[in-house]
This record gives sequence, structure tokens and C-alpha cells, in this order.
Amino acid sequence: MKRFAELFTALDQTTKTNAKVAALAGYFRDAPDDDKLWTIALLSGRRPKRGVTTTLLREWAAEKAGIPLWLFEECYPVVGDLSETIALVLPAARGTSDRSLTDWLGIVRDLGQHEVDEKKRIILEAWDSLPPIERFLFNKLITGGLRIGVSQKLMTRALAQATEIEETTLAHRLMGDWTPDKTSFEALILTEDPEADASKPYPFYLAYQLEDLDALGAPAEWRAEWKWDGIRGQLVIRAGTHFLWSRGEELITDRFPEFSMLPDFIPAGTVLDGEILAWDHAADAPQNFNALQPRIGRKTVPKKLLKEAPAVLYAYDLLEKDGVDLRADRYDTRRAQLADLIEDLPPEAPIRLSANEPFDSWEGLAATRETSRERFAEGLMLKRGGSPYLSGRKKGDWWKWKVDPLMIDAVMIYAQAGSGRRAGLFTDFTFAVWDGNDLVPFTKAYSGLTDAEFRQITAWVKKNTLQRFGPVRQVTPEHVFEIAFEGIQASPRHKSGVALRFPRMSRWRHDKPIQEANTLADLNEMLQLFG
Amino acid sequence: MVLTFKPEGIYCPAGDFYIDPWRPVERALITHGHADHSRWGMKHYLATETAAPVMRHRLGDVSIETTTYGETRQIGGAQVSFHPAGHVPGSAQIRVEVAGEVWVASGDYKTVDDGLSEAFEPVPCHAFITESTFGLPVFKWDRQEEVVAGINSWWQSNRDLGRFSIIGAYALGKAQRILAHVDTSIGPILTHGAIENTNEVLRAQGIALPDTIRVNQEMSVKDHPGALVIATPSAMNGPWARKFGQASTGFASGWMAMRGVRRRRSADRGFVMSDHADWDGLNSAIKATGAERIFVTHGYTSQFTKWLSDQGYDASVVETEFEGESLDTPETEPAA
Repeated sequence: MKRFAELFTALDQTTKTNAKVAALAGYFRDAPDDDKLWTIALLSGRRPKRGVTTTLLREWAAEKAGIPLWLFEECYPVVGDLSETIALVLPAARGTSDRSLTDWLGIVRDLGQHEVDEKKRIILEAWDSLPPIERFLFNKLITGGLRIGVSQKLMTRALAQATEIEETTLAHRLMGDWTPDKTSFEALILTEDPEADASKPYPFYLAYQLEDLDALGAPAEWRAEWKWDGIRGQLVIRAGTHFLWSRGEELITDRFPEFSMLPDFIPAGTVLDGEILAWDHAADAPQNFNALQPRIGRKTVPKKLLKEAPAVLYAYDLLEKDGVDLRADRYDTRRAQLADLIEDLPPEAPIRLSANEPFDSWEGLAATRETSRERFAEGLMLKRGGSPYLSGRKKGDWWKWKVDPLMIDAVMIYAQAGSGRRAGLFTDFTFAVWDGNDLVPFTKAYSGLTDAEFRQITAWVKKNTLQRFGPVRQVTPEHVFEIAFEGIQASPRHKSGVALRFPRMSRWRHDKPIQEANTLADLNEMLQLFG
Repeated sequence: MVLTFKPEGIYCPAGDFYIDPWRPVERALITHGHADHSRWGMKHYLATETAAPVMRHRLGDVSIETTTYGETRQIGGAQVSFHPAGHVPGSAQIRVEVAGEVWVASGDYKTVDDGLSEAFEPVPCHAFITESTFGLPVFKWDRQEEVVAGINSWWQSNRDLGRFSIIGAYALGKAQRILAHVDTSIGPILTHGAIENTNEVLRAQGIALPDTIRVNQEMSVKDHPGALVIATPSAMNGPWARKFGQASTGFASGWMAMRGVRRRRSADRGFVMSDHADWDGLNSAIKATGAERIFVTHGYTSQFTKWLSDQGYDASVVETEFEGESLDTPETEPAA
């Protein structure tokens, strides 16, 4: 694990992208193959199943550190990371270990098979044989979720440097349902033929929010589509069966049984990109995003839900046809083939074509975009007619042109400390609006302020705490924030009766006294208009 | 009560004086020169000989009487003496005895000898007022030699690459502690104006520090390639630091023990070096006083008080108006 710890330290000690890529590329050149494969797996979010609960880890760490459990629990929010808290409270290790990353992962993977006493023995022995950074990493391997400021994109770039294989080729090889136990560095990275795995999706092309409409040039070069708020999905139909992938590279085939009929109608060797939406078949239009919510994260779908929120794939791109990768073709060419394919399908097939919204001027399109909210759309997507299908988030050919968010001015009433990089800073706030003389909480928000503003508000919260409820502090109502959000729905679960979509702090209204914050009546009016 | 806690600060009724008050009072005994302990507006100040010059530098023309460590003086009905706190040069714990009962206000302290400040001495007492800046068991400092070796090798490797090494450190204490221990054979050392001002005051009172070069408008930093640059925390991310180009940045503070804070600081390196006692230091210092009553201020007061109560002490929290060196002090110059 020493080599891996060196890599981690090098990555952790720089904020510069080039230095990170260089450190990773160096690792991919000289680390043993099985360690490399595990590193790739970890950095792309693959990890062994957790074999021990964090409750037990906390207890053992407190016991070993000679402190009561309550004191350990007080440390955790301050540090903001469980693995690190454990590594910091434990006494210095007495032994050493030469086990490799792969060896340790083997131990972590097998933890689940042991009785509790044996788990404890193994973990205490590990803690006592690892220096601080390796101990922290070991805890991360057990608890999962090693985030070290390296995106999959950055990792792929480093791997490309080390192997001299094209970045896009590697991105494709790294997709799908592999685990380090079932493959090897050689097979996956160096020699693997993507066709060998029928389920393998293509890397998604992701768009940025539009920055400058004027920079786009002639409208004739561009196509507009409605941007619906659903689940981005890639439907792979190969070898007589189908696979549905989410953007997070999660295989979600079983969650959407609607699509199981598709291999009967669509020839093998077809890959579609689109948005999974809950569909209103009577109106032949998407339902509110709210309708899809219960289906997210559900592994099996009850019949009632299938009926209430039937899913369709709102298809906007064709990535593969007859087994041929079309990504290098022009958008217009791919779209024409997509339209042909969908046209031939029977009406019961749960696929709809994401139509191009015609327009001849940007002004005209801007007016069309203003109707987004009433269509339950988030706004428009702009795609260049001549563009290929790229990998990952790239600027230039695809843009999200979302409608402006809704806004409301609210009073901060509760504050809670953040975690990770925001540990010890108050960053998570609860906001309220007026209902007569009462402040009614209606949303939480975590983002939108600068680090300097978070520091400022943190100092203020410490001096203006009225009451503590565990980690939550009730503060003097004094500060007004402008809350931006994307949508509003009725919600009987909330005291205010509403739930917001993507709320964040767009501005700290230093200029506004709390009396001038919005009211529950204002929120209800928004609910009437946009809910 | 030998000492009580008033809105103005820690107060001694028998001697009619305050310790480190935060509002203007007639007579103030000051533990050390950091801004949150040595405030402006007191009619008379009493501090150690070593602490006074920096206080004069910062507070201007004020009335400061000085004392030496261990010297006992009578103030009204109280016997008062100052004892080394090991925090920064001249820092003191203040011992107050009234009718045979002894209380000690520690100010800020650290138990390890940093080779620059007068080393901490435990003072036996009945009641001890302790800080708790790092009063959680996640804070355990490495030995100073190891930390300094880390700074040296970071500086050396940057110098080899022709880069500056900018290290953020508080102007009084931490900056000089680094200066006093780094390997000056590696290269020249540049300092931010606020730090150099303090250096000049300390040198003038006989504290030996290596040669440093003040960064100002007239000089060209390019004449000193590969230098170690000691900067105040607030200058680190501002326009001042930009003149050093693609420099490597580091920060020296106890908070650097936490990865989240390190990342938030967005410095390349965090050196865990504090002028406050760590968890073990706090516990051993308290034990060494033999005190039964412990008052906890500045820091993780509620958690540390509960811990001390669990250990059998009669411990309580003292609310202070200012939190001392917190994780993210918005002010430009937090106390170290």
C-alpha cells in the first residue's frame, strides 16, 4: 500500500491538474498491474462491498484510543470524515506492513465472511501496522467512497499518457460492469475488445450550461430540443437482450421493465441515448419530474407504480446501429437514422423521439424557451447540427439553455456544519418564510456562497446560537438570503406544504431586513403557477 | 472567588484588575501580545518584559509596566506572578493568590519547548483556567524536528525546481518559530511586511533570528530565486502572493491536521505546527497543576469540559466573547 499512499499524498498535496495527472501517470507506469487495476476501479467509483458496519468501526476506534464513544462522536463532525477521524484518534502504530493495495483489498473484501470478533481482530491488527496515511486509506477502503479530487476524466487522461492508448478508447473500455476480481489490467485496458462485452455502454456526452448565446453564430447551424428533467439513460440492445445504463454508469435495466419488449422490435447492435421520463400516455407528454421520483432507487417496481408512472425513453441520439459505432457522424445524420428507427416502431413501444423545435432566430427561440415551465421542461438543449458525439463534459457543440430559476427571499433559522472540505464550517442552512408573525421553515440549502461568505456566516453562527439540537444550531433570525430553485411541488410531508427542487443560495441579501423576506402566501402563489 | 468572569473579561475582585480583558478597563494584566488577548483601550497594562515591545509596537503609545517571570508583586489584596506559557516569546500564565488560594489563568499555551519561546512551566494551583483550542483527541502533534524536516525538504525540492516556497504563518510566534528552525543554507528567506515588522521588534530586544529580506514594492523578487517566503495567512491568496508566480504554497497551523481544512485552504502543503497544546498537552498540563477546579475557555469548550468532568475534575465552561483562533477566522490576522 506504500506506493498507493505515495500516489495519494502526491495527489493530495497539489491543487494543480497537471501535477495530478503526472503523479497518476507515473503510478500507472510503475505500479504492479493488479494494483493499477484496483486503483482504476477505486477512482471510477467501484469498491468492495462493505464487510463491517461503521458503528462497529467507531466503537473499536474509541476503545483503542481510550476515549468514550461520545467524545469520538464529537470529533467526527469537526473532522468531517469518518475514516480520517478514526486515523487521527488512534494511537501511533507499533508495527509495519508490506502488504500491497491488492492484498489489503483482498482482506477488506473478505471481511464480510468473518464473525464479529475476527473482524475486530483483523481491523485492530491493520490499524496497529499502518502509518497515518495508509491507515486513513485502509479505512477508506473499508467504508468505501475514496474521493481524492481526481475525476474519472483526469484518471483516464493519465492512463492514456502511461499506456499511449487514445483517451476516448480508454474511456469506452472503462465503462460497464467490470470488477477487478473478474478481469485484469491486461484484459481490460491493454487488449480488451469492446465488442466482447455486450452490455458495454459508450461514455456519455455531457453539456455545459450556455454562457453566451451570441457566440453560437448562425441559428441555421443549431438544433433545439426540449430539455426534460428525468434520468439520463443509455439503452444498449445487443445479442438479443437489452441493458439500460444511467449516467452514473449504474446498470438499471431491472428498474424499468417497460423496456424489456424492445429487443423484439429493435435489431441487435443498437444503442440509444436519451432521457427516461414518466409519461402521460393520454396526453402523450411527460409528467412532472415528481412522478418519476418513486422509481428512482427502487430495484423492483410494484404494479401500481408501473401504471401511475410508466417510463419511456425520450430518445435524442443514436450511438450505434447494426453494430457500428456512429459517434463520429454528424448529429443531423445520426438524428435522421434515429427518426427512421423510431418511426418503424409500434405505438406501444416505450420510446419517443425528442423532436427538434423549429426556430429561425435566437429571439424567437428565447420566446419559446420562456414556455418551458408550463411544459414541465427545464429549458432547451442546443446542439450543433454538424457535431460528432463526444465523450464526457465538453464545451462547444452541446449546450444546456435552462430557464432562469425561481427566486424567493428567506430568513436563515438553523445552521449545521458541513463535511469533507467544508468540515467545521457552517454550510448547511434551513430557511423560513413568514406566516403572519411566525417563521415557517420550507427548505434547506447548502451551496451558492463563496468560501469567504461561509467563513463569515460561520463566525456569526458561533456567536448567535440560540439552541443546539445535536449538530444543528438554531440561530437568531437576522440574515436574509435569496434562494434560487428549479421547481416547486406540493408536499404534505413538509410543514410549509411545499418542496423545492435544487434549492441553493443565490445571494446573501445584506440589504434586506428580515421583515422584508417573502411569505408563505408568496410560496403558495408560486405553487399555483408552477407546481 | 479569586477570579470571576465578567463581561469585560477575567476579573480579580481582591486586586481590582482584569486578565486579557476585551473591553476597556482601568488595569489589565496581559498574558501575551496577540490581538485577541492584548486589546487596545486599557488605561494601564502589565505584561512580561519580553511581551511588552510587541505590544507597544501594536498598541502604540500606551502605559505598559513590565515584570519578569517568577517575580511576585502585590496588587491590592492579591499576590500576582507571571510564568512561562510556551505559546510565543514573552507569553505568560498569570498566577493569582488571595488568602492562600491560588488560581492560574493560562492564556494560550503549549507544553512542548519550541526553542524560541520561554518553555512552559506547570504552576501548582487550586483552580486552572485553560484554553481548549485543540481540545479534541484528533489533535496530536508530531515532534517539531519532524515538522521542520518536512518544511526543509519541501523548500529544497521547490528550490531545485526554481520555484518559490510561500508558507503562511501568523506574524507573531509561528513566523519566527519557522525562521528559527529552518535550514537557512537552502536559500534566502523573504518576509511579508507585517512579519518583518514583528521580526524587527524581536531582534531589537535580543531574540536571535536568521537574516531575512523584507518584500516591498522597490525590490524584485526575481533576484532571490527559490527563496522561502513567509507570508501572513491573509496575504497568501491575495494579489501580494501573485508576484511569486508558480510558487508552491504551504501553511503552518494545527488546523492542518485535518484534511478538510487543508483542502479548503487550497495550499499545496499543510504543516501541522501549532503554538497551542494538543490533546495530550492539554491533559498533561492540567494534571501537572494539581488543580481540582478547571475553567475551560477558547475552543472546544463544551466537549473538553465534559471530558474533564468524566475524569473527575470540577470543570466548567467559561463563555468568552471571542473565540480565539478558530478554524476560519474571518479577520485578517487571527491569533496564533
